[in-house]
Amino acid sequence: MMDVDERPLRLDVDDDGAEEDEAMADRGAFERHYADERSWEELQEDESGMLRPLDVAQQQRQHRKRMAAMAGPHIQRGIIRYVYVLLDFSRAAAEMDLRPSRMGIVADCVEAFVREFFDQNPLSHLGIILLRNGIAHRLTDLSGSPETHIKALRSNMECAGDASIQNALDLARGYLTQIPSYGHREIMLVFSALSTIDPGDILEAVQKCKEANIRCSVVGLSAEIYICKLLCDQTGGIYSVATNEAHLKELIMEHAPPPPVQAEISVASLVRMGFPQRGAEDAVALCACHREVKIGGGYTCPRCKARVCELPTQCHICGLTLVSSPHLARSYHHLFPVPPFEEVANMAVANGRQSISKNCYGCLQELPTPGGKVKGVRLACPRCRQHFCFDCDNYIHESLHNCPGCESTSISSSQPSQ
Amino acid sequence: MARNPTDDVSQVVLLLDVNPFFWGADAERLNGSVGITFDQYFQHALMFLNGILLLNHTNKIVVIATGSSTCGFLYDSTATENISESITSKGKTKSQESRSELITQSMQEFVSKEEEAVKANPDSSKVQYSNFSGSLAMALCYIQRVLREPLPHPQPRILCLQGSPDAPYQYISVMNSIFSAQRNGIPIDACVIGNQHSAFLQQASHITGGIYMKPPQPDGLFEYLMMIFATDLFSRQFLQLPRPVGVDFRASCFCHKKTIDMGYVCSVCLSIFCKHHQTCSTCGATFSKSNLTAITGMKRKAPPS
Ligand SMILES: [Zn+2]
Ligand SMILES: [Zn+2]
Ligand SMILES: [Zn+2]
Ligand SMILES: [Zn+2]
Ligand SMILES: [Zn+2]
Repeated sequence: MMDVDERPLRLDVDDDGAEEDEAMADRGAFERHYADERSWEELQEDESGMLRPLDVAQQQRQHRKRMAAMAGPHIQRGIIRYVYVLLDFSRAAAEMDLRPSRMGIVADCVEAFVREFFDQNPLSHLGIILLRNGIAHRLTDLSGSPETHIKALRSNMECAGDASIQNALDLARGYLTQIPSYGHREIMLVFSALSTIDPGDILEAVQKCKEANIRCSVVGLSAEIYICKLLCDQTGGIYSVATNEAHLKELIMEHAPPPPVQAEISVASLVRMGFPQRGAEDAVALCACHREVKIGGGYTCPRCKARVCELPTQCHICGLTLVSSPHLARSYHHLFPVPPFEEVANMAVANGRQSISKNCYGCLQELPTPGGKVKGVRLACPRCRQHFCFDCDNYIHESLHNCPGCESTSISSSQPSQ
Repeated sequence: MARNPTDDVSQVVLLLDVNPFFWGADAERLNGSVGITFDQYFQHALMFLNGILLLNHTNKIVVIATGSSTCGFLYDSTATENISESITSKGKTKSQESRSELITQSMQEFVSKEEEAVKANPDSSKVQYSNFSGSLAMALCYIQRVLREPLPHPQPRILCLQGSPDAPYQYISVMNSIFSAQRNGIPIDACVIGNQHSAFLQQASHITGGIYMKPPQPDGLFEYLMMIFATDLFSRQFLQLPRPVGVDFRASCFCHKKTIDMGYVCSVCLSIFCKHHQTCSTCGATFSKSNLTAITGMKRKAPPS
């Protein structure tokens, strides 16, 4: 995705102008859009028969503009989440329009979701509630261990009776109102049925969820249902209905990254955490989570020295939240972004140095010079004033999140905080 | 994975630690003996580089020097003319000189630049780290360029020859680089010569699937390099390579850049602090004491039976 614009395209272009004008009238709007721009005229063939844009610099500028627009303003995300996943295991989940059954597919998707959820939200908690026989039944507590949820779900694969959204919402709300104030409360409902059989007023249950600041999202399997739409609208969640198996998985996985935070709802707080070390591959230790002797791997709690099998988790002995620091570090590039590079407009003027650099500071690729062979834009980091090529600019801002120039000078400007 | 014809063609990017505070005369007094002199170290690295090019004539190498004040490309086997122009100032014709001489010359110039920088900044009493995060970022930018080239391109990997201790203030940038390498499938190998293990490099090789090693006898560096780090990615599947002796997953706090194994994490932005603060210096959130007690008193999860 990073260098689509740069890569030469192998296309067969033959333009017969006259014919095109006639055909214009009965073309779709999107076709006209391409025809009007006559984008093929901006291409030229190079020595090897590849098509390249005529004005590389212009092309690159447009790409940079698009990327800048996409980056947009900084959104604060709720990183510590408490999510109840409500699964409809009523008789509608036994339908076999998805193979082997809706229930089987939902369980597969939820298993993948649970793993992805804890990967992207290392400090979050999740619980599962099943809707079955008209009642809601809590399958797992809110906890931070993916394996517990997956195991419980796998041993509870049966469906029967009706589904009651009201019962499930009331149950989940009861648990979610007890969580610490800094957490973000969420409900995700995966709904197969076309109706909800409730003992009372479901609108009241929706209202209560809204008052408790619980963000409710629904992924439907059959058709759009009014009450689900209302629930999501009222609480700020997302409602989507899957059209096939792959789409269902995609819709469920969309809920894995942290959602944008609704301002002033949550309270910030400091959470005490341990960063355990990984044991040697052949060390033998008694594991606290499975209560058996394990060989190799494992992590040691820094407070009580108990061994746990995987991270993130809570220490089974002393209750300390244990995470691996790389887990936390994955989100740090949001905190300390690399400043956008500026285009060097006047390439003839050196930027505080004796002569203008010939090569990109990052990749040694030759940089465009006035009258030179290389075409394109030349970019400079506003902090370290080093010059970079278009490709490095892309890579640095989209994947690397470090400026090689700033990092390789020992001025403290590149240091985070204070 | 299907074998393609370039599976054992490597693009090795070597990050050479040339930190004068680690190799200099004072260093031995401060840190204790390393077991290898800079001269030996450099000679071993040169032999290793020549060895890589002899193993397969299509192998490519790039050398990046990591100093205490700057980083720089020393050698690029794909574009020797270009690089020698930009690094060496003398107008000799470089094509006639042999590779080793070329690297040695670049190195001498780099070292003298470093020397000037050290003299300009006489405050050498505090520990001086090497700019490892800078050379790692440069290596990744360079590799990105290799990966952009049309297939088949050589398999890139990074080898860090590190002596200096980890600089805690580089934690975030090093982690960013490691994740980027992981996403692109670039293994980071590490050979640590100093007296302590490097937590950065342990994590780097653990996350990217590279090899981490701290040779017990640093003066036999060349043997370790050739036997372990010269193997291409394809052959590694068939070899019993050294397994990690554990990985140090400790973090460094944002307030003092201290390495800690227990600390406080801001619930909004996940910044790490070594002690309780009133406000988060990163995102500006305000914390109250009552919240803290709420968390430490949080339910203890019953172990699954
Ligand atoms: Zn513990
Ligand atoms: Zn570049
Ligand atoms: Zn910079
Ligand atoms: Zn601190
Ligand atoms: Zn914060």
